[in-house]
Amino acid sequence: MTDFLVFCEVADGRVKGSARELLGKARELSGGGTVAAVLIGSGLADVGSELGALGADTVFKVDHSSCAAYIPGAFAAALSQVVKAQSPDVVLGSASMLGKDLFPRAAALVDAGVGADVVDLVETDAGLEGVRPLFAGKCLASVSVTSEPKFFTVRPNSFVIDGATPGSGNVVDFAAGLDNDFGYEVIDVERGADDKVELTEARCIIAAGRSIKSAENFAIFDEAAGLMGAAVGASRAAVDAGYAPHGMQVGQTGKTVNPSLYIACGISGAIQHLAGMRTSKVIVAVNKDPDAPIFQHATYGIVGDLFEVVPALTNELRTTLAD
Amino acid sequence: MKIGVFLKQVPDTETKIRVNGSGDGIETGDIKWIVNPYDEYAVEQALRVKEASGGEVVVVSLGAARTLDAARTALAMGADRAVILDDEAFQGGDALATARALAKVAEKEEFDLVFGGRQAIDSDDSQVPQIAAGLLGWPHATWITGFEQGDGSVTIRRAIGGGTVEVARVTLPAVFTCNKGLNEPRYASLPGIMKAKSKPVARYSPGDLGLEGSIGNDGAAVRLSNYRLPPPRPDGRLLQGETGDQVKELVRLLREEAKVL
Repeated sequence: MTDFLVFCEVADGRVKGSARELLGKARELSGGGTVAAVLIGSGLADVGSELGALGADTVFKVDHSSCAAYIPGAFAAALSQVVKAQSPDVVLGSASMLGKDLFPRAAALVDAGVGADVVDLVETDAGLEGVRPLFAGKCLASVSVTSEPKFFTVRPNSFVIDGATPGSGNVVDFAAGLDNDFGYEVIDVERGADDKVELTEARCIIAAGRSIKSAENFAIFDEAAGLMGAAVGASRAAVDAGYAPHGMQVGQTGKTVNPSLYIACGISGAIQHLAGMRTSKVIVAVNKDPDAPIFQHATYGIVGDLFEVVPALTNELRTTLAD
Repeated sequence: MKIGVFLKQVPDTETKIRVNGSGDGIETGDIKWIVNPYDEYAVEQALRVKEASGGEVVVVSLGAARTLDAARTALAMGADRAVILDDEAFQGGDALATARALAKVAEKEEFDLVFGGRQAIDSDDSQVPQIAAGLLGWPHATWITGFEQGDGSVTIRRAIGGGTVEVARVTLPAVFTCNKGLNEPRYASLPGIMKAKSKPVARYSPGDLGLEGSIGNDGAAVRLSNYRLPPPRPDGRLLQGETGDQVKELVRLLREEAKVL
């Protein structure tokens, strides 16, 4: 039996989608142990039944004015206090940008280690083990954590969960001591031009290389991305040419992504780009050069010009996905 | 201002990774070692803070004896001195064990602020600076792309996903991790490289930091084993015919075979 505590992120008042895979996996691995969720924020909505349906027996709510925005010190203190009070065996969170920021600090406050950014979790004779890409995915290793509890962050979209065993979703208000000054004040949040899907959490990504030729040309992806619910990415070459901001860069010096579907358009497939997307479940390559290395990694390939293929693809998606 | 930089030496990004015979690490024989690319932004930002407000830039690096080469690169860029933790007892640690040592150095050196890279490109952990900040009880801000110095505090910008940027005021002392876009790291000049050879390098032992037992392999709670290459991807399929037929077939395969649409 393994007791899990799952940190569920809240964004714009809603629990983020990663809660499903984390709670579902925790339920699967718990072997009859308890699965608790923890939410941290200010003015949190009542999400007991929502998280119960995803597998949570208990939902600890830390509702505190210090947590109205993500304040690293405050969130780490809150999470570590819940961990101390509940003594779970395992603490799980998403390896999202927030999770990667929070977990190391929170775990250190209870003298525990974090198996970071795992793409799988398996029960072995030696206990729970994660599978961890290293060297930008050029190599894998098993990661075990010997502290109590064990913390793990899970790369988004690692698990497919169809209908977890529900828990009762009992909500417990947890009074955390968070009255010190954490020395961090959010003074502004500048939203992007439109509400984009975050690359690192996207289930589907369509990305372009330097052959997109201009920033304006990225508009050719808009409709297809909308139809597929995809985020739009770029290679380093496209970013360095000034066609896309660095926040859109996939690869070793950009973001590491893990979607179900990655469509690479006019991307040759340099090793540093592959580093950022090689765990994608299905890779589609569109490239004029039949010898481009990307084709060696692609599930499906089309030799052709992206300016012809993308509009045709958009048409086809419009017809098929409209049904 | 006394400015610390946490620096890691890593294999060059072009390195072909080969698992060693016992599966507990990689072959390190013919690796070319470089300064972690994100740490170059950290060195550059530290130098800019010093240029604006005066003070001293101290590079701190934990690793094998060769980590001195990485520190020398930062000294050649303009850092004033280095602290090297290359005692055998510091080696083989996890992020927590490493951060314990670095945090002690930050305390001993009385840094006003510390810069690091957003992640090391070998372990890709993105943990050590946040842990060090937690142990020191200092605020931290990760993945910063903007840094503006105020009086006792700084204003940073950081991307928080989906094209959204957060602007935050952080009270010093604090730890920052630097992302691409923060600045353009300078190259070491020839005189800089010459001068670096005579800049002071200090070595601390675990005893100097009061840390016996909680560092290196003995202090590690995270263990990596069974290093292996990722399974090869199944052979792909090149779609044939006119563009119209190819995309029709692609969408069919994505829906019916791969089931991802």
